[in-house]
Amino acid sequence: MTVLEEPVNDVAADTAESARSEAVPHVDFDTGPERYRHWRFTVDGPTAWVYLDVAEDGGIVPGYELKLNSYDLGVDIELYDLTQRLRFEHPQVRSVVLTSGKDTNFCAGANIRMLAGSSHPWKVNFCKFTNETRNGIEDMTDAGQTWIAALNGTAAGGGYEMALACDRILLVDDRSSAVSLPEVPLLGVLPGTGGLTRVIDKRRVRKDRADVFATRSEGFGGRKAVEWKLVDEAVPRREWDRVVAERAAEAAGASTRPADAQGISLPPLQRTEADGALTYDHVRVTLDREARTATVVVAVPEMTDDPAALHDQGAAHPLLAIVRELDDAILRLRTNELEIGTWLLLTEGSTEHALAADRLLAGHQDDWLVAETTRYLRRVLKRLDVTSRSLIALIEPGSCFAGPFLELALACDRQYMLEGTFEEDEDATLPSGAAAEEPAVVVVTDAQFGTFPMGNGLTRLGSRFYGDDGEGGALETIRARRGEELTGGDADDLGLVTDAPDDIDWTDEIRILLEERASLSPDALTGMEANHRFVGPETMETRIFGRLTAWQNWIFIRPNASGPEGALRKYGTGRKADFDQKRV
Amino acid sequence: MTSARPKIDFDAKIPNNVDLAGDRKLQRALERWQPNFLDWWADMGPAVDTKDVYLRTAVDVGRDGWAHFDHVPMNEYRWGVFLSEHDPDRRIAFGEHKGEPVWQEVPGEYRADLQRLIVIQGDTEPASVEQQRFLGATAPSLYDMRNLFQVNVEEGRHLWAMVYLLHAYFGRAGREEADQLLARNSGSDDSPRILGAFNEETPDWLSFFMFTYFTDRDGKYQLGTLKESGFDPLSRTCEFMLKEEAHHMFVGTTGIDRVVRRTAELMADHDTEEVAGAGGIPLTMIQKYINFHYTVSLDLFGNESSTNAANYFTAGLKGRWQEERREDDHQLTDDAGHVDAYKDGQVTHNEVPALLALNQDLRHEYINDCRTGLKRWNRILAKAGIDAELTLPHVGFNRQVGAFAGAHITPEGRVIPESEWMAQKDQWLPTEVDKTHVRSLMHPVLEPGKIAGWIAPPSTGINDKPVDYEYVHFH
Ligand SMILES: [Fe+2]
Ligand SMILES: [Fe+2]
Repeated sequence: MTVLEEPVNDVAADTAESARSEAVPHVDFDTGPERYRHWRFTVDGPTAWVYLDVAEDGGIVPGYELKLNSYDLGVDIELYDLTQRLRFEHPQVRSVVLTSGKDTNFCAGANIRMLAGSSHPWKVNFCKFTNETRNGIEDMTDAGQTWIAALNGTAAGGGYEMALACDRILLVDDRSSAVSLPEVPLLGVLPGTGGLTRVIDKRRVRKDRADVFATRSEGFGGRKAVEWKLVDEAVPRREWDRVVAERAAEAAGASTRPADAQGISLPPLQRTEADGALTYDHVRVTLDREARTATVVVAVPEMTDDPAALHDQGAAHPLLAIVRELDDAILRLRTNELEIGTWLLLTEGSTEHALAADRLLAGHQDDWLVAETTRYLRRVLKRLDVTSRSLIALIEPGSCFAGPFLELALACDRQYMLEGTFEEDEDATLPSGAAAEEPAVVVVTDAQFGTFPMGNGLTRLGSRFYGDDGEGGALETIRARRGEELTGGDADDLGLVTDAPDDIDWTDEIRILLEERASLSPDALTGMEANHRFVGPETMETRIFGRLTAWQNWIFIRPNASGPEGALRKYGTGRKADFDQKRV
Repeated sequence: MTSARPKIDFDAKIPNNVDLAGDRKLQRALERWQPNFLDWWADMGPAVDTKDVYLRTAVDVGRDGWAHFDHVPMNEYRWGVFLSEHDPDRRIAFGEHKGEPVWQEVPGEYRADLQRLIVIQGDTEPASVEQQRFLGATAPSLYDMRNLFQVNVEEGRHLWAMVYLLHAYFGRAGREEADQLLARNSGSDDSPRILGAFNEETPDWLSFFMFTYFTDRDGKYQLGTLKESGFDPLSRTCEFMLKEEAHHMFVGTTGIDRVVRRTAELMADHDTEEVAGAGGIPLTMIQKYINFHYTVSLDLFGNESSTNAANYFTAGLKGRWQEERREDDHQLTDDAGHVDAYKDGQVTHNEVPALLALNQDLRHEYINDCRTGLKRWNRILAKAGIDAELTLPHVGFNRQVGAFAGAHITPEGRVIPESEWMAQKDQWLPTEVDKTHVRSLMHPVLEPGKIAGWIAPPSTGINDKPVDYEYVHFH
């Protein structure tokens, strides 16, 4: 991601950085088409036309101007909202044309002054969110809303990476517009939101050509770009509108989406916030700043397994509401609460309710809204998978880790389940606050066997028991017990939980665990957890979140990029970066 | 927890001041552990079959509860759990948490370190019982046999004290460690005790007295530093254990007193230093035993410069000996200290940050304490008109751990080549001949008031009972 833009003023960048590291801006993910500052879209039959038209003075934090259609987190938050609206509010859309609202260029990528002036966590969070949105766009294409990048001008860095997330890339052939990844030659960093990876993995560009391309700041346009598979078509100006419309119509024609689908609306989330604690209709987050933990309780109310109820209630349907609330809570905690290093995940409600949600999802995948809700939950679970926090599921009496909700626990680094109930009053302090007399149970369903794959293409159970999938293996044993109410002892025996202490041990075990966790290096934990969560095969997604991101984040903190003499800081000053020449 | 096992009447069976009867967690842990402990005691405890023994049982932490004597069958001994009095105002006296209230729960951050410290201490307690298991069969008197068993049951109680901490504060992991304390055994090939010195059998009574003088004294210093701990239950446990440990050292000190006195008598009677023929233990042999037990115990203090000890100190887990009486900032972040070193064939010192010199600091406190015994024994010799002295060897002599490991240093502190060491070491350390001689003297004397010929009788009995009291009954 990144860009060609005007000179960086060193002093301004320094000031911006110091100001920013003192006060992390509070980021809000609420938006909607009527509030967009950087995007427009129109829906014309089966095709949505999406225009990137960045307001220069619309940066999410002060200190830079978003010139040349360059973007920052605020621009991407709107893009994410836009994808959600297309999914839920405009389900009849079958193709999406992504283009620029400016005459001169498509997009110059992530704003360089924003990057140069940002703290490390801000850059990392920004890239992660951007990556997730790009993956969401690919997910939409798979779901019959095919994205086509119509590059009506130069797409540089992050601009080209946005195009790479689309199914098809058209580039206007005007003898000057080009696609490029200038990060390495100009900025000393990587095209880190999937660029390097997608060029070779998705577009299958030969590695030597990818090398040439990624070190050539001006990139390639026209026929050469097509020949090297960097774009699909180079279209002359005079044919541009016609060809783009044709391609959009072709993509729409290939989709199996129901033409008569009636969208549901996504009204703003109802949320109250006090000192970081978030309370939604179904999800509650409380913070213990001293212990640096967040307790996330997902309360699952009664619901039916009838898809008609989902259509009737729309965003107010408990399942969809929970998924939206969870998504928002994860994004907010991740971006705004950097020092809350451990999240405790709990559920609350009847197992029966959770299983109704399971039946709703499992039985009606041919219903577009059910399918879309499933995909949404899948992405939210993936957000948890790549969240750089210690995730711990506490499975207590009164919880409902069943079917889709069991995935929440399985996404965690560890799972603790109370065996039996709390016998004595003094111990009966459920973080969920629920009173419960029956022992906790978990229920495995088909939801654990393919509905919610992780980025590595495996299910969470498949990752947990990687390689143990043969006859008589753990996965088969668990599969045979689908639908059963499994107690702490059962779950422990089956390997579904880390430990199942009884009430005598519970309080101490959990307290010590959390205190011990809080004393470990946050960086080492992040690295360790990310490695443990993704076992087995690599996919383009894991390579982006793993390999590419890890390299990028390393480069970000190296003086050659972010030091006072580094390329990121020197770009546009007219002076050259002064590199430490040692290769490490 | 429901179980078919008969419930244990806790307060009756286990004297305690930790509200055992009201603590489900402890009860559950002990219900499983206590039978295992009794099995261990039967398998690994004193091998001599007795009817009952005149033992002291701690039934409370106060003065009265401390003086409870009676003849009890050994396997019915009531091992108790005691913490010294609670001081609600106690604060951490050192390290980075200095001044903060002490912890009543294990801070998760220090769980692993605290558990390790307790396990290592706990491992030594039953180890010495195992090491001394066969000694009862050769006791020089009923009085001595009784003292041995008193030490043994108290070491058993010290194990209980450490197990109490593991059970009460360390959850499941603590219970597993408590089980391991019984599963490891002194001298076992498969699962030996953690510290090397505790895997040597105590083969004879001279070794026993040396052990209780020198090695139990190491225990005293370790407990003394743990008594300073910011983890209050550990501190209170160790404070109470120190009182019992003092008795063990009394057994060692007076035991060696009596050996020295007897040797002096025999030297006077026969007008020779060679009292072996007269059924005594020559002074040169006593000196060799001192040399050995002292240096093995020095090794228990670990490396001269230790980052572990520094970390424990900074974290507030383990202080210095008499931490609160010391006049410094109790944090030592900017101070320097000296540690013994061995460089280029020279005994020398290194200057290191004071935090790294804590093991050396403790070892030196210990060495000074050991000197008092030597003074005592030399006074006995002087009174008997014998012109010879027992001495403590140089700190670098016969060391296997720390700066002097691998160096060849005489008891006087002279560095010598290995060949010279090999040629002379039999003059300094017990040889097979020496050990065989000492063992040859070990015959049981079971008649009340009678005493073996190699040792003088005690000057007083136990708890105002006469020396010829029947301290042990047999079937
Ligand atoms: Fe002891
Ligand atoms: Fe002792």
